[in-house]
Amino acid sequence: MKRRDFFKTSVGAGVAAGAALSLGGYDKLWASTPLSAKYDLVAVMGGNPDAMFDLGIQELGGMGAFVKKGQKVLIKPNMGWDVIPEMAANTNPLLVKRIIEHCFKAGAKEVYVFDHSLDNWVNCYKNSGIERAAKSAGAKVVPGNSESYYQQIEIPGGVRLQSAKVHQLLLETDVFINVPVLKNHESTRMTCCLKNTMGLVWNRGYWHSNNLNQCIADFALYERKPALNVIDCYNVMVKHGPQGVSKEDVVLMKSQILTTDWVAGDAAGAKMLGVAVEKIEYIPIAHKMGLGNMNLDSLNIKRIKM
Amino acid sequence: MRSPVLRRIRIVFSTLFFICFFLVFVDFKSLIPTEYFNIILFLQFVPSAIKFIDLRVFAAAGFLVVLVLTLLTGRTYCSFFCPLGIGQDLFSRIGGRLRRKFRRYGFKRPFTVLRYSLLAITLIVTMTWGTYMIILLDPYSIFGRFMTYFARPGALVINNFLAGILGRFDVYTLSNVPVVGFSLIAYAIPVAFFLLVGTLSLTKGRLYCNMVCPLGTLLGLLSKISILRIRFDETACTRCGRCSLGCKSSCIDFLKHDVDVTRCVECFNCLNVCQQKALSYGIVRLKKSVHKTDENKRKVIAGSMLALLGISNVTNGQEKIAPKPKKDSTVKENRTLPVCPPGGTGIEEFNKNCTACSLCISACPNGVLKPAFKQYGISGMMQPVMDYHKSFCTYNCTICTEICPTYALHPLVLEAKKLTQLGKAIFIKDNCIVKTEKTACGACSESCPTKAVHMIPYEGNLVIPEVTQDICIGCGHCEYSCPTVPYKAIFVDGNAVHVAAKKPVNVESEIKTPVEFPF
Repeated sequence: MKRRDFFKTSVGAGVAAGAALSLGGYDKLWASTPLSAKYDLVAVMGGNPDAMFDLGIQELGGMGAFVKKGQKVLIKPNMGWDVIPEMAANTNPLLVKRIIEHCFKAGAKEVYVFDHSLDNWVNCYKNSGIERAAKSAGAKVVPGNSESYYQQIEIPGGVRLQSAKVHQLLLETDVFINVPVLKNHESTRMTCCLKNTMGLVWNRGYWHSNNLNQCIADFALYERKPALNVIDCYNVMVKHGPQGVSKEDVVLMKSQILTTDWVAGDAAGAKMLGVAVEKIEYIPIAHKMGLGNMNLDSLNIKRIKM
Repeated sequence: MRSPVLRRIRIVFSTLFFICFFLVFVDFKSLIPTEYFNIILFLQFVPSAIKFIDLRVFAAAGFLVVLVLTLLTGRTYCSFFCPLGIGQDLFSRIGGRLRRKFRRYGFKRPFTVLRYSLLAITLIVTMTWGTYMIILLDPYSIFGRFMTYFARPGALVINNFLAGILGRFDVYTLSNVPVVGFSLIAYAIPVAFFLLVGTLSLTKGRLYCNMVCPLGTLLGLLSKISILRIRFDETACTRCGRCSLGCKSSCIDFLKHDVDVTRCVECFNCLNVCQQKALSYGIVRLKKSVHKTDENKRKVIAGSMLALLGISNVTNGQEKIAPKPKKDSTVKENRTLPVCPPGGTGIEEFNKNCTACSLCISACPNGVLKPAFKQYGISGMMQPVMDYHKSFCTYNCTICTEICPTYALHPLVLEAKKLTQLGKAIFIKDNCIVKTEKTACGACSESCPTKAVHMIPYEGNLVIPEVTQDICIGCGHCEYSCPTVPYKAIFVDGNAVHVAAKKPVNVESEIKTPVEFPF
């Protein structure tokens, strides 16, 4: 799996470099980057969400490595809760905005943002600040509140989850960028890359009642995988997750993790929260299923401090 | 005044007023600020009267304005401000188009016994027993239910159809809003009334208002001493009868040159049809003895309709055909009391003041309010009740408390609402996935906004829910999220009287801002 991701990334980077040469103008970001991404995971610390992303994506070969000209991009943040950005239950709006801008600069035809929220969706979209941020960057913010937006898909090989109803955007777009916020979760202990996919599906009650941890890993088998995972660790909810009760639940970590391997991303997230990776059951399950690598020691990690 | 302008003013005004009402109830995107609700609903007689009894402030004095208006001008309320009345005029117009050739109206004798009996019963029942009759017969509430039960879902279907088309073109300005109906039995009364009011207005004009509506009858009584009214110029009248045939209330006896003021709703149609200009609207000196007779002939016929509805049960299953877990849950939820909406202060108090107009049911952005069938007993039929199997009360919202025209739901500021305990969550361990399946779940704790529902260590790496009831506000998000069927593993039992929940205490985390990457 790692090899495949590596291959995909490097081809993407090559195409992007070509595109960059032909475009000329906006080449600052990837002018100096190598043709293939050297890193499995890039971690940035010490800046604002948008600045950290600028640096991190550069290390991965620029957004052009993932988004090609004319492609449609789906950005899936976590905006499932009707709370303000400071509560960190939703992805940082600045980060979402910055990613969208990068997508458009890489030549994306259209960028879409949505989440199947747990609270009232209108309020979630509004109060998370993401709707406004995304629209200001030119993205389309799409509702996910009605079953009519979801389509049945099969997950061959799923142990407990063999089918699901996913948002049509996941099927209609070319590139899927997963932008979770790292949070404590009282039941699974952490929500990050893999668990963020629960906002892609309609019937997540099924997951809860059919071995939640296995279902989370099973969904990662589905063929539409994220080209890139950007984990928002700027403000991190370290307890009372995933919703949070008050600002005491949030710790400023000023960090960000970018990776093409979402299992590795989750493993790194667990470390940030100070939880043993094995305790978060879906991570070892996904690792064993070959969906990614949770052994951070064996990965090539770039650490940047701003 | 003889001018045809009066009729035109009435039509323009009532049309605009009706549109406002329609929008208030059908506004599924919550575009109208809640302040406007109160302005639009200010003059609604019954809600305003109920609110006034509670509050005694000018903001609730709309019904006094109506009383004064009636003393001055007669039953103008019925034509200008009553949404049900205006709706009937609309139907009458359609009915007129359908069967123009027939003589529809013409002078008819009033249903004196029936209408005064209904008024008397309504007053007696309301004063001695409860709001049953008001719930059933308040014209504004009847209209509210028509909007909530029929117009709003209709508008949603159209919206969803358009949203579907726009969605194909990648435009998401309209979004799909799932249409969620109520249990079938809840439709019984609104459908019956729709048929009754609909047929009567299609064929007989304002017969409903002059036969059934207790408010119409009450205002009719007051109109007996009103200053302005329709009057005949007997010298000019040729007794052609056009006025009588054009009268929606069938209250003009053109042979006797008499207008029955208790039934006249001031629609001014007669002024327009009279070619001799023999009719005018102005000050009338009471000259002849008013030959209206029998008042308050009391007949107690109430029971039948209500008894009819006291039967049978509602099946309140989960609406979604969700894939089931392996095992069915086994322990029945033992709900001792229903959960009444925030601001209701308590079930009994709420039941006393609610007229079941269903405005809150329409306005709730989460669709958690459903008309009660027997949850509150017979007195609370059709009043809103929290249905946590269908949805939950969203934490950051006070809309229902802000718009209630009767003050049955007191306005709550957000911070107060967040600490108002409507009920308490009760955990049924034997139904819980964590115990029955031995797998992680935590859907309830995940959705709990106060973490009254939190997870504690269970077997192995598993955690299982626990409830701290004194910080639970009874929002029902846990119950809604719980995936077990047929019975939930966590449910909210209503509080008879709403109480203040404790504020969740929270301490700083031990985890501090990192200086190095932990990996």
